[in-house]
Amino acid sequence: MVANNSQQALSITLRVWRQAGPDQPGKFVDYPAKDLSPHMSFLEMLDMVNDELTRKGEEPIAFAHDCREGICGTCSCTINGKPHGPGRGIATCQLYMRTFHDGDVIVVEPFRATAFPIVKDLVTDRSGFDKIMKSGGFITARAGSAPEANATLIPKENADLAMDAAACIGCGACVAACKNASAMLFVAAKVSHLGLLPQGEVERDRRVLAMVGTMEEQGFGNCTNYYECSAACPKLISHDFIARMNRDYLKASFRSAFQHASNSTGGGAG
Amino acid sequence: MSLVGNLFKSSIGRKFLMAATGVVLIGFVIGHLVGNLQVFQHPDHLNGYAQFLHNLGPWLWVARIVLIVAVAVHIWAATMLSLENKQARGAQPGVKLWIRASLASRAVRWTGYIVLAFLIYHLAHFTFGVAGKEHFKERLPGYLMTSDYRVAGFPVVKQGTEVLDVHSMVILGFQNPIVAVFYIIAVGLLSFHLLHGVDSLFQTFGLRSSRWSGALRKVAVVVCLAYFLGNLLIPGAVLIGAKGLREGYRGPGAHVAAAR
Repeated sequence: MVANNSQQALSITLRVWRQAGPDQPGKFVDYPAKDLSPHMSFLEMLDMVNDELTRKGEEPIAFAHDCREGICGTCSCTINGKPHGPGRGIATCQLYMRTFHDGDVIVVEPFRATAFPIVKDLVTDRSGFDKIMKSGGFITARAGSAPEANATLIPKENADLAMDAAACIGCGACVAACKNASAMLFVAAKVSHLGLLPQGEVERDRRVLAMVGTMEEQGFGNCTNYYECSAACPKLISHDFIARMNRDYLKASFRSAFQHASNSTGGGAG
Repeated sequence: MSLVGNLFKSSIGRKFLMAATGVVLIGFVIGHLVGNLQVFQHPDHLNGYAQFLHNLGPWLWVARIVLIVAVAVHIWAATMLSLENKQARGAQPGVKLWIRASLASRAVRWTGYIVLAFLIYHLAHFTFGVAGKEHFKERLPGYLMTSDYRVAGFPVVKQGTEVLDVHSMVILGFQNPIVAVFYIIAVGLLSFHLLHGVDSLFQTFGLRSSRWSGALRKVAVVVCLAYFLGNLLIPGAVLIGAKGLREGYRGPGAHVAAAR
């Protein structure tokens, strides 16, 4: 990944999507960025370009960012056609300028999807993910003092797999990478992470039915098994979780159709 | 939502229908190929086999209806999912880099269109006799079975029965190079369509995982390649002249006279 010029300053042309507001037309605009340190992060480079724009009295490029250490899932640029840019298993904030060559034209655009409307420039509204989470991305645990740690036994394999899924930072790169703007990898990660643990297992069927339902309502597309999502994921979450969610969903659909359910409308003895 | 609602309205449900109908259709195309390869045996085999299928009567129609429903549901689900996907995608990115999507997966919609066109032509050709009328089975002289045709040891078509000459129809059909080449290209694309399909149906049923997905892909490639080669054999052998008409074939028309 590291280019030969890793010690030399580099100059690039930034081709950025500029869009003043949600309903405004957008277009690509070129900005030169000169004498950049190869050790600079991509977002620092954007900061420098924005300083220059501000000095000239122009509107700076709006982009989303927060922790800048790859754990918050806020940064969201598609760089040269790949969400979070070249490099495997990193977020935009973990991308360094040494990845590029002197004289490169770098195309930067927002994470595109109908379900992620553009707010401004590179900033998109990803609240569709929050709505999916609200519909089932939690466990209804008892509140109170922490239970004894070893009271609930969890097989190591399940804990590890749950942790792989829990690594999802909810950035939306999977949606941007998918030709169908499908959120299957995100939803699969959340469904699997909770369903693999005994605390979340109880609500496994209800959760998968609700979250998939909300995913569809939010206008995300369907999976066509291209596996671009997992390749673009900054946490390299496997599309095996999608297979797992498909199985969970189908099982839950069949179970909910045939399972004996209580006629009771409330709690308590009768 | 109810189970039926989940299957027909939800994203994963429709994909399940795609996969389930795909399994039916894969089973059919493989069985169909194995049956047709009898063309390389004595004409009694293919002609007896065709008569045997014809004799199934109502059961043949049960099978046909299952296949028609499978094709209809497969196409309906694909259309609905594709339209939703187009809607969900909205604006295409200015630059799109494919990271690892296979060509088979990216071409699946287009190979699907061609397979559908081929299916219609194939039915018009050998089932309804709309295309290639002059050598349609019902226009050819009947064929007298020289031996019994047996299925699982039972003689289902007796020696001496006069049956339709499907064997000659197939060979006459493929003696037209344009038809033979079109068949070869179409089954090639069908095999490519199946490559994505075989792999994907395991993912949709939730049975695929990285522990064996590499092996699954290899098996899918081998199955699709074998399927293609099997299909290539019939029009290919006729095209290069390795498989000719049966001895004693007396057909009507100029086409036959030229072949003699």
